[in-house]
Amino acid sequence: MTNQLPVDIDDDAIEAFGRELDALQREIKCSLGDRDRRYIRRMITVQRSMALGGRLVIYASLPLMPAFPLFLGVIGIGTASLGLAKILENMEIGHNVIHGQWDWMQDPKIHSSTWEWDIVCPADQWKHSHNVLHHTWTNVIGRDRDVGYEILRVTEKQPWKPAYLAQPFYNALLALLFEWGVAMHDVDINAPLGEIRGRLAGIGRKASKQVMKDYVLWPLLAGPWFLPVLLANATANVMRNLWSYAIIFCGHFPDGAHVFTEAQVEGETRARWYVRQVLGSCNIAGGPLFHIMSGNLSHQIEHHLFPDLPSNRYPEIAPRVEALCQRYGVPYNKGSFSRQLGTTLRSIFRLALPTRARPLAAAA
Amino acid sequence: MKSATSIWSRLADVAGLVATPLALADYVALVSPHDGHARVDAVHDEIAGVRTLTLRPPRGWRPHRAGQHVTVQLAVDGRLATRTYSISSAATAARHITITVKAQGRVSRALVRDVKPGAHLAIGPASGDFVLSARHPQRSLFITAGSGITPIASMVRTLAAQGNVPDVAHVHYARSPRDVIFGDELRALAAAHPGYRLTIVHTRDDPRRFCAERLDELVADWRAREAWACGPASLLASVIDCFERAGRSAALRVERFAAVLAPVPPTATGGRVRFATSRMEARADGRTPLLRVAESAGVNAPHGCRMGICHSCDARLVSGSVRDLRTGELAEAGARVQICVCAAAGDVELAL
Repeated sequence: MTNQLPVDIDDDAIEAFGRELDALQREIKCSLGDRDRRYIRRMITVQRSMALGGRLVIYASLPLMPAFPLFLGVIGIGTASLGLAKILENMEIGHNVIHGQWDWMQDPKIHSSTWEWDIVCPADQWKHSHNVLHHTWTNVIGRDRDVGYEILRVTEKQPWKPAYLAQPFYNALLALLFEWGVAMHDVDINAPLGEIRGRLAGIGRKASKQVMKDYVLWPLLAGPWFLPVLLANATANVMRNLWSYAIIFCGHFPDGAHVFTEAQVEGETRARWYVRQVLGSCNIAGGPLFHIMSGNLSHQIEHHLFPDLPSNRYPEIAPRVEALCQRYGVPYNKGSFSRQLGTTLRSIFRLALPTRARPLAAAA
Repeated sequence: MKSATSIWSRLADVAGLVATPLALADYVALVSPHDGHARVDAVHDEIAGVRTLTLRPPRGWRPHRAGQHVTVQLAVDGRLATRTYSISSAATAARHITITVKAQGRVSRALVRDVKPGAHLAIGPASGDFVLSARHPQRSLFITAGSGITPIASMVRTLAAQGNVPDVAHVHYARSPRDVIFGDELRALAAAHPGYRLTIVHTRDDPRRFCAERLDELVADWRAREAWACGPASLLASVIDCFERAGRSAALRVERFAAVLAPVPPTATGGRVRFATSRMEARADGRTPLLRVAESAGVNAPHGCRMGICHSCDARLVSGSVRDLRTGELAEAGARVQICVCAAAGDVELAL
C-alpha cells in the first residue's frame, strides 16, 4: 500500500515506529518526580531573581550618568539581565507551562490553567492558536497558521503573490516586534466580526497591562530618569523578540523541513501523525545553556512528538528519538543554529520572488 | 469614606501592575520563600510507623480549638498533595502545634519518612467542629481506637493544661500495649488528674467488639455523659448504633478519617468527564471520585479533606449528573458538587 508521506516506509513500519514512541512517552511520564519539580521551581526562582535584579541594576545605573561609559556598562548589564529573564520566562517556563508540561505536579501555581506569561499575547488565545491549531496541524498548508504566519511565503507550495516582494522587509519588522505578531496570531481576519472583536479586546487587556508595566510604571518610578528606564525596558523586550523569533523560525522553516497538504493528513493515524511531526520539525544543535535559553525548542522534534512532556527531559530523549528515526529511515533534521537560521532567512529572501518548484525543494 | 477606600484599592491595583503578569507576592516570595508555611521544628516517633511532627505555624495563624484538624500540603514524587490531619497538641500551647501521622498511604508515608526538622509545609487554617464545648460538660466520655486518639489527645491535653479535668471517662482501643499512641503520657495524666479515668483495651487479648453491654461494663453511667468518638469506620458504626438505641444520639459527636460510602448500584455507569476550564477530557467509571479522575487526567483541582467534609473541592456541575458516593443521591446540572465524594453518572461536564 502506498503511503502519502514523503518517506519510504511501509505502513506496518510506521505503526511500529509509533508504538515505540508511545512506549518512550510512557516511560518518561512514569519517571517524573521530585527531580523535575526541583528543576522547574529553581528555573522560576532564577528567572524572577534575574528580572527583579535586572530592574534594580537599571535603577542603580541612573546616578552614574555623568560617568557615561560606566553608566552604559551598568545599564547594559541590567538590561541584559532583564532581557534574558524575559527570554527564560517566555521560552523555558511560560511556553512549556502553558503546554501543560507541568500539570502533572498538581501545583496550582505552576499549571497551564492558571499561568499567564510576560508577553502581550494572552495565554488563553495562545493555547488555541498554538497548542490546538499548530500542534495538531503542524505544517499543513491552509490549517497551520504558523506556516509563514500567514504573511510570509516560506515554502514554494504557497502560491506567489506580488505582496511577497516586500517580505524581507516585513520579516525584519516581525522579528523586532515579534511579541505583537504572536499576540495577533490567533486573530483570524476571516472570522465573524464579533469573534475578532472579542480576541482584540482580550489582547488589549493583556497588552495594556504589559505596556503599563514596562513603559509607564517602572520608568515613572525613576522620576527624572523616565526615558533611560523606558529605553532599557524596550531594549529588553526587543532582545527577547529577536531571540524568540530566531529560535521559533528555526523550528519549521529551515531547508529540509516538509510541509503537507490537507489530503496527505486525511484519516491520519497516531503513528503517521508522529512521522509528520518529525518531518515537519527541525532541531538545533547546542550546549545545555543554549537549550535552556531556547526553551528546549532546540529539541523541536521531541517537543512536537510529546508537547506535554516536561522540557527538561527533551535532551535525554533526543538521542533515543534520533536513533529510532535512523532505524526506521525517518529523516531527522538537526543542524547548527547558523545553518538552520541561515537557510530559513535564505528561503524568505528567495521566495519573495516568484519561483518554480525546484525538484529537490522540500524533500532535500 | 467608601470612595476613599476604592481610590486606595485602585491605586494598589495600579501599583500591583509593576509585577504583572505575576503578583507582588511572587517577588516577595523570592526573599522569604516560606511565608505562610509552617516550619517543622521537631519530629518524634510515637510507636512503630507513627510519628509526631512539631510545627511552628506561620504568622497570623489563628489558634486551633482542641479536636480540630488542619490541611497539610506536601510534594510527593513531585506531585503536590493535600491531606488533613487532626491536631494532637493542646489548644493552650501557643507557639507550636503537633500532628501525629500514621505511615499509611502515599502522602502520610512521605510525611513520616521523608520530612525532616527544618522543612517547611504549607498548612491551611485549623477547622472542623469536632471540638470541645466552650464549657466542658461535668461528665464526658471519649471513645477512641488506633490513630483516632489524635483529636482526643488534644482535648485531654487541653483539659489537663487548664488544670481542671472534670469527670472524663476515656476508652481507648489498641491492638497491643506496643500499639498505644501517647500511652505513657495519657497514663501519666490519668495518674495526675483523678477526674480523668483512662481504660485501654488491647484487642489482641480481648477481642470482644464494642457494644452497649461492653460499654456498660467499662463506663456504667455512659448514658449520662456527652460523648466524643474517633476511630475506624467499623468502630464508629457500632458506637453510633449503640447511642441511637439508647436514644442518646444527640449526646454523641464523631470524627471520621474517611467518608462512609453507600453501596454503588451495579447498574451505575460512568462516562466521559469534560473539565471545561482546563479543556481536558477523561473517562470515568461510576465509582471513582471525580477528584481522582481529575488528578489522573492532570487537571488542577483544589481540594482538602478528600472525604466530603471541607468543601474545598466543590465544583459547579455544568451538565450531566453525578452520584454522591456517600448517599447514592444524584445531583443535577447547575449544582455545586463535592468532587471528592461524587462519581460520574453518565457524561459529565465540570467547571474545572
